[in-house]
Amino acid sequence: MLEQECNANANPTFSKSTGLPRKRFYRARAHSNPLSDSHFPIPIAPSEVDYTIHYPQIFPTCGEVQDSKKIEFADIGCGFGGLLIGLSILFPETLMIGMELRDKVTEYVKERILALRTTNPGQYQNVSVVRTNSMKYIPNFFRKGQLKKMFFLFPDPHFKEKNHRRRVISLQLLDEYAYVLAVGGIIYTITDVEELGEWMKSCLERHPLFEALSAAELQDDPVVKLLSTATEEGQKVARNGGQTYQAVYRRISGYQQ
Amino acid sequence: MQEDADQHRETEVAPALIAVHPAQQSIAVAVGSDLRVFNLHEGYPAKLVDDSEEHNANTNVHKHSIRAIRYGAKGNLFVSAGDDKLVKIWKTDSWRCTSTVLSEKRVSAVAISNDGLYVCFADKFGVVYVVDVEELSKQSSTNKKGVPILAHYCSIITRLEFSPDGRFIISADRDFKIRVTVFPRNPLNGTHEIQSFCLGHTEFVSSLAFVRSLDHPQAFLVSGGGDSTVRLWDFTTGCLLDTCAVGEHEGFLQSNGKEDESSLPAVTDVCTSHDGSLVAVAIQSLAGIMLLSCNLSAKTLSIIKVISVSEENFIPTSIGSSSTERLLWMVMGASSLNSSDSTCVARVRVLSGFSGSNMESVEHETLILDDKDVPGGEVTLEKLQGSLLIEKQAFNAAAEAVKTAMRNLLIKKQYTEERREYRKRGRNDKKTI
Repeated sequence: MLEQECNANANPTFSKSTGLPRKRFYRARAHSNPLSDSHFPIPIAPSEVDYTIHYPQIFPTCGEVQDSKKIEFADIGCGFGGLLIGLSILFPETLMIGMELRDKVTEYVKERILALRTTNPGQYQNVSVVRTNSMKYIPNFFRKGQLKKMFFLFPDPHFKEKNHRRRVISLQLLDEYAYVLAVGGIIYTITDVEELGEWMKSCLERHPLFEALSAAELQDDPVVKLLSTATEEGQKVARNGGQTYQAVYRRISGYQQ
Repeated sequence: MQEDADQHRETEVAPALIAVHPAQQSIAVAVGSDLRVFNLHEGYPAKLVDDSEEHNANTNVHKHSIRAIRYGAKGNLFVSAGDDKLVKIWKTDSWRCTSTVLSEKRVSAVAISNDGLYVCFADKFGVVYVVDVEELSKQSSTNKKGVPILAHYCSIITRLEFSPDGRFIISADRDFKIRVTVFPRNPLNGTHEIQSFCLGHTEFVSSLAFVRSLDHPQAFLVSGGGDSTVRLWDFTTGCLLDTCAVGEHEGFLQSNGKEDESSLPAVTDVCTSHDGSLVAVAIQSLAGIMLLSCNLSAKTLSIIKVISVSEENFIPTSIGSSSTERLLWMVMGASSLNSSDSTCVARVRVLSGFSGSNMESVEHETLILDDKDVPGGEVTLEKLQGSLLIEKQAFNAAAEAVKTAMRNLLIKKQYTEERREYRKRGRNDKKTI
């Protein structure tokens, strides 16, 4: 998956100065229908997720699998991967994965991570990306309570009411996110669309397994700053002087039976 | 174009369904839009009474194909639902329809909570709704609707079940997922806490059942799927305990030699015996019924044998049994292909000796009953089948329809890589710079 050799000089899709893949060669459509049947491979269960492909330096051979170490951060709809790159430096010991539905974009992030690993030996070993439909297959990748943080940054707003069920945050999908998040785990959402911001906040507010972080907690969390600065989409909004709407919530334990 | 049209017509065929009262007081069969109930306790066909305005005595209670029927665990309630987007709740003592719930989409599965307080139903969008039976019957409005409680993301839900202890609601979908959700005391606020996912099937999950016995009161889940396997699960943890590849069974391959290996026959229904020792498996295009033995202490499933029906190409589409009797009820049939044909063909057979912990009893006592030996006698069959004698031709036509319908109902259409790429040729992101 990530084994492709990248030679910055020979390959025109890579920038000569930075060695990173150039975005113009990975043009993608802005939207992808999450409702359509998928044609990419999906792990049957979390135990089938091959860590050796994603993190070859941390999991060198197929034989000795470190059961202790699991993916703890998931960036859902990671886009061009800006947040992952930022997080990788901030949490060098944590395994994280980006999930993206558009194949070209996933390919770009893959190349970007590879290039960064080559130019910065020893770094960026803890990030990877996978092409998947996270609205359908989240439980195939993560066990119950496995994740510490989940990110939903600048998701597709799907304005039409008919298409609201395509939104990545909904009361029903939050059940699945709550399932893969550990108690105390945090879900980060941000958007520049006011209507969607209110929608995501109201979904999280109504869900019994999530509670909002206090203002002080938001202040202290270094990740919150990254939400609007690290991603390509966030930088674009900042350039155009747009406003953003965040909702950051914590997974709390369920009702006692 | 032609291909698409064929596909469309085949999916319109609805397989016949059977449901058995938990104490075998009555049997219900649904074929197409026709719901037939026979009262075994008193030995006469039950007359369905539906007071809802559009209904009159000459028409069926449902306007389109029925996709799900079932009795409650206590036997006093019965629910039927299907393509006419109506969920009808019946009292089984009078066979009066107490409430009709409107669904926004076609209904694909129903379940009744073990205490009989709630009815759940799932629609084609993968959303599960709940209604409070007591509250509902008090309402006078004709616009009765369910409250959405959970959703499988845009995957058709194939089966809904309550765990025997009533703590969980289990939903299976055509995307290989089985979701186990905590069913709270007040489910009208939603069921948000997922207990586990049972992941292991590689195709759609078609059927669910539970096994437990006196020695092992903790129930396990049995599931059958389009990947031609029957699996045993500890559903509270989502742990897969055993997989039984029924499609690879010798006897089956012989009887179905021409089938290519790439498309293994789908499991269409599973049913467990009340003592938890046997699992009956209905398989698409398998004439007969396969029996598995379930060892609850070793947590294994193993094939015992296939029981076929002599002189009849009987491929069950739906099976059921009560929680008291040792009989397995099987139905084969489908809604009529062309609407001009008014009567829908269905054939009902009964297997005796459906329980027993040792192999010997299974070997000797399992027997397909003759029509005259069926509980209630031939009158039962006359009601449930629509007529006592079924023409061989009609029977074979039904068998053929059932074969294709069962598979196309849930299987995902596969396109080649080239065809997909070809269809994307005009997209901006595919143009080379």
